[in-house]
Order: sequence, then structure tokens, then C-alpha cells
Amino acid sequence: MDIVMVVADAIRASIGPLGAAYALTAIGLNLHYGYTGLLNFGHVAFLMVGAYGTAITVEQGGPFWLGILVGVAAAILLGLLFGLPTLRLRVDYLAIVTIAGGEVLRTVIRSGGKDSLTHGVFGITRFATSFFDLNPFPDGEYGWGRLAFTERQLWVAVVAWMLVAIATLLLVLLVRSPWGRVLRAIREDEDAARSLGKNVFAFKLQSLVTGGVIAAFAGIIIAIERQSVNPDTYLPAGTFLAYTVLILGGTASRIGPVLGAVVYWFLFEFTDGFLRGAISAGWIPAGVLSETDVGPFRMMLVGLSLMLLMIFRPQGLLGKREEVLLDAR
Amino acid sequence: MLRAAALVVLGTVVLGLGASGAGAQQSGSGVGGTLEDAAGKPVVGVTIVVEQDGAEIGRAESDAHGEWSVTVPGEGTYQVTLDVSTLPDGVAMRDPERRTLDDVRVREGLTKPVLFALGEGVQSGLSRVERFTTLLVDGLRLGLVLAVASVGLSLIFGVTGLTNFAHGELVTFGALVAFFFSASGVVPEIPLVAAGVIAVIAGGMLGWVHERVLFRPLRRRKSGNVSLIVVTIGLGLFLRNLYLIVFEGRPRPFDEFTIQKAVDFGPFALRPKDLVVMAVGACALVVVGAMLQKTRLGRAMRAVADSRDLAAASGIDVDRVILAVWVGGAALAALGGVLQGVSETVESDMGFGLLLLMFAAVILGGLGTAFGAMVGGLIIGVASQVSTYWLSPKFRIGVALAVLIGAILVRPQGILGRRERVG
Repeated sequence: MDIVMVVADAIRASIGPLGAAYALTAIGLNLHYGYTGLLNFGHVAFLMVGAYGTAITVEQGGPFWLGILVGVAAAILLGLLFGLPTLRLRVDYLAIVTIAGGEVLRTVIRSGGKDSLTHGVFGITRFATSFFDLNPFPDGEYGWGRLAFTERQLWVAVVAWMLVAIATLLLVLLVRSPWGRVLRAIREDEDAARSLGKNVFAFKLQSLVTGGVIAAFAGIIIAIERQSVNPDTYLPAGTFLAYTVLILGGTASRIGPVLGAVVYWFLFEFTDGFLRGAISAGWIPAGVLSETDVGPFRMMLVGLSLMLLMIFRPQGLLGKREEVLLDAR
Repeated sequence: MLRAAALVVLGTVVLGLGASGAGAQQSGSGVGGTLEDAAGKPVVGVTIVVEQDGAEIGRAESDAHGEWSVTVPGEGTYQVTLDVSTLPDGVAMRDPERRTLDDVRVREGLTKPVLFALGEGVQSGLSRVERFTTLLVDGLRLGLVLAVASVGLSLIFGVTGLTNFAHGELVTFGALVAFFFSASGVVPEIPLVAAGVIAVIAGGMLGWVHERVLFRPLRRRKSGNVSLIVVTIGLGLFLRNLYLIVFEGRPRPFDEFTIQKAVDFGPFALRPKDLVVMAVGACALVVVGAMLQKTRLGRAMRAVADSRDLAAASGIDVDRVILAVWVGGAALAALGGVLQGVSETVESDMGFGLLLLMFAAVILGGLGTAFGAMVGGLIIGVASQVSTYWLSPKFRIGVALAVLIGAILVRPQGILGRRERVG
């Protein structure tokens, strides 16, 4: 096993488009969970509607920019749909409705036949061509040896990290504004915020929708990077990955989600490469862990680290302990 | 030989037929075959549905030559169902149990031949009323399973305030343990009933571990509700993938009672094993109900669920009660898993699939109340199963969610919940 190669692949994943997309996902979730205390377990659905909104619009003949607008509009709609029935109630209800709602939506998208709008399990492919036509980078390899991107990957990565920078800046400004202070007040003590005359419900809804729109952009980035959307990309586990990224980086911290995404993807890909290498080199006997078990085993580790982080270091790498020990009840 | 001659049909290999035109899929993988009746004549206009994990991939109708084919997205395992209601009069499946082929493996770029054996019609289909009542009874079966499995979820919330997103994994655990002892072949196989008893005991032990190793220490540290929910999410993810590694992805039935013909009870048809499942589920609910009403421990559980502080002040050892709830709730969840495994199949994420239905059940019935979970489970089970009369079965969760949201809007405390602010 070539350990240098494994490390190079892991670095490439963490600074590539997917790392950036996960950073965006976690930034959106940070607004929900970190700053407002909303337990949104259907976050992956925002990515899904963003991606599908774009893909369907382009495939039906619309221009790419319109597709992005449709994706964003779909995320706003989904936020309202999730929030209106549940945001007046305790956090558990939002958690249950969002996770179930995301799954129902995914089932609906998946259930269409090959000729339906969503193409069911076949998904939609090759809709981002006009995005790649805008690519300013000439053909070629960028980087060093194994750690190189093609001009297409570089273009997606640059756009994605620019979006991450914009979203981070936006969030810093938002949470420092009076609006953001109300959100944090709601997180700390909802009744206190209410007794000061704040419309808690409206603030929560605004937070849910804003974070959802940020996540929709993450969904669009992932869809562009793969040039395909498929319902099985958006399993509930995606939401739990986003929580792991956020909590690892630091809940309610400004660049926590970004650092979390980079570190997380490095570790995730490194584990994958290392385990596969170790199995093929015979260090791990096939009876203990086979090649097909690597995927589930990685997810086991994600679950375990989510638990351990939450128990022993809830503030993650960058958060402040007193900001994250939230208790909505 | 005679049998082979009488048995009718051989689907013909139709290599490459699946890769028809369209060109949307590069893979060209597919399934296909030819339908012929006993006399070797093509059977026309029969609908074949191809699904993967409950989602429809495509459907086809047999053409004038009895040929049909469906393109699939690529390599994988698919379920192919022949829609019996589209068979012409006088033609029926030789073996109605083989109406759905669960395990059709398609290789990349190839069309997999699929055979359906057709013969002379003897079986008359169920009438509409019978189909409805059969669904109703099956809904009752699912409702009883849900009720058994979700009593623990509701009571654990009641006594600790914890919404356990890993409760589904307790359900799966029961089914897996029963499978391990009765059908895996790893240990000398014992009857399913005995394996089920072991599964329930093991489930209770897992509940004990949950409380003593994880949740009691966390309560001592005064961890917040939200942190605990995230911990259960991590725990669920961990267990689910552990199960996946141990059990592997393929759904498998228990060895016993796999092939059973439905017995006609007049207005509805029911497999004997489902009748047993319903009887066991109902008995378990009655026992739990009596235990909660009559015994000291049961009364203590309800007291703690009502008000923890008052219960503690009146001399109840709250920690012991919580431990008992965890053990009992997890044992019931394991029983629910075994019952569900008997009726359907055992799968590494079967509990997670049921989790959303269980949440709908406990919220509908009233979070924190055991009897609410029972009522809610029955309603959700019947509603989601009867809905398949009009809708495809894959929308079961959607129906449950619709009922759930309706309940949250109209009566957030649930049917049996006390009126109080829940927001």
C-alpha cells in the first residue's frame, strides 16, 4: 500500500468540490442547529430539491441560471413546508417531521418511471454542460502528480469555495446583526425571547429557510460535480454526515463548518483508502473485514465519532463550550 | 418430463432486447422474457413491474408475441412482479407464490431472462371487497407489530424525555438475534419460537446496556435534550452499519413458515403465520397493559412518566424505574422485530424503516403514554396498509406522515396525551 497515494487522495477530496459542498451544507445547518437550536434532521432534502430544481429545469429546456433560481425557490418552499406545522412545537417534532418529510419526498422522486419528470431511479444526467462552457481554465492538469485536478474539477472547486466564502461572510454578518442576536436568544431561552415581544415563530422560520437555501447551493454543487442527480444520493445518512461535520468543526462557530468539512473529508477518505489498502495487502484478514464492508464500516465510525464528540467534546475543534450546551427543554 | 410439458412456460432468453433505442442509459442492462400459456401461445397484454427496494424501475406489457422487456439502470438485484390482475381469463400463475421474484440479479450490460410459469386458470382473484378487507386485516397486523415495538419508544420518552432515534435498531436487533439462532446455520438451529424468546431476552439486555452504559451516565452529566438526540442519531448510525456488516444487505426470511398459502376466511384471506403474529402481538399488548395498570412497577412507571419529581418525592426509586422501562421497552421492540421478520423479511435496516411509522404512532397516540402508542400504532398500521388499496405501497411512509402532520396541527398532544404546552 502506498501511504503517500492514500494521503494525496484524501487531501484531494477534502479541498475538492465535495469538501466545499459539505462545508456549505454544514454552514446552512450551523444557522439551524448552531445559532437557532433547530433540530433539522431532513437537511439532505434541501440539497435534493436544489439539485433536482436545477436539473429538471435545464432538462426541460430552461437556461442554467433559471435552474438555479428554481432550485433556490424549491428550497424556500420546502423550508416553509417543514417549518409551518412544526416550529411552534418542541424540537423533537421538527426533527421527526423533517426526517420523515425528506424520506417521503425522496420516495416520490424515486417512484417516477423512466419517462417521468425526475426519471425515477435513473436520475437526470448531463444538465450542467452550460456551466462547464463558462470554464475559464484551459484544458490540462492542475497540481502536483497525484494531487492534481482536471480543469473541470478545478472550475467546480473554485466556484464552490467562492460560494463557501460568501456564505461564511453572510453568516458572520447575519449572526452579528440584531436578527442574529434574536436567533441566539431563541436558542438559549425561547420563552425569554417571546416575552420580549419577539415573534419567535417567524424568526425560526426565517432561519430554517435561509439555512435551507445555503444547503440548496451545496446540492447544486454536488449535482454539477457529478453531472447527475439521483434520488439515492440523498439518503437520511447525508444529514447525519452534515451533523458530524458541523459538530466536529465547532457548532455555532464562524469557520467551524469549513474546517469541519475539510478535516472530516480528509479523515473519511483516508480511512477508506487505508482500509482498502490494508485489506488488499492482507493486513486485515478477509474474514474480519472484506472490501465490500469498508463502506458500512466507515459509516460505523462516523456514528461512533458523532456520539463520542457529542459526549466528550460537544464544542468540536473551534466552538465555545458555553455556546453549544444548548438545551431546548 | 410430463410435468415439464404441462408446466407451460418457458420464458425465452431475449438477449439484448432490453437495450432498445432511447439510449438514455449507456449500460443496456435489463430484464425480459416471453409469456406463453399452457398451449405455447403467447400471452398478450400482461403487465410486468420491475422494482428495486420498493421503488418502481419500470414496467412493460407483453406484446403480440408475448415478449416483454424492461431496461434497468445497471447491475444490481431487482424484484420482478407479474401483475396477476392483467392476466387474461383462463390463464393463471402455476405457482401464485412466484408472482414476485425477489432476487433477480442483473449483470452490467446484459438482459436477464425471467421466467413466469403460466397455466390454466383455476385461482380466481380476490374481489374488490375481499381485497379491501384483506388489506384491512393486514393493516391490523402491521398496527399490532407497530404498537408492540413502539410502547418502549413512548415510555422511554415519558420517563426520561429522550426521543430515541436509535429505537429502530432495537427492533432490528430482535429480528437479527432470532435469525441467528433459527436460520443462520452458524449455531445449531433451534425452532423459531425458542429463538424468538432468546431474541426478546437479548433485546432486554441490550436495553439494559443502553441505559447503564450510555444514557444514565449522560443524565448524571445533565446533558441537554438536543445533545442526547444527536447521540442517539450517532448510536443508530453505528448499530445500523454494524448490522449491515454482520448480516449483509440482502433481505432474508426466516427458515420456518416461509411458504404459506393464504387461507380464505370468507371476507378476507390471511396466511396462518400472520394470524399467529397478530395473536402474539395482541397478547403482548394485553400483558403490558395489565402490568402497567395492576402491578406496583407498572404504576411506578406511569407515575414517573407523569411527573418525575413528584414520583421521586413519594419514594419511588426513579433510576430503577427508568432501567425497568429501558429493559421492558427494548424487549418489546425486539419482539416487534421478530414478528415483523416473520410476516415480511429480516433486513439490516428494517427497524429504521419502521422508525418513522413508530414515531407517527407515538405522536398520534400521545408521546409518553404507553396506551397512546398502542392506539396510535393500530391507527397508523391500518391507515398506511389500507392506503395501498389506492396508492402504491412505497407511499406508506407518506400516508403515515400525512396522518402525523394532521395530528400535530389538530391535536399536538396526541389522542391520549394530556393537554399541555408542547411548544
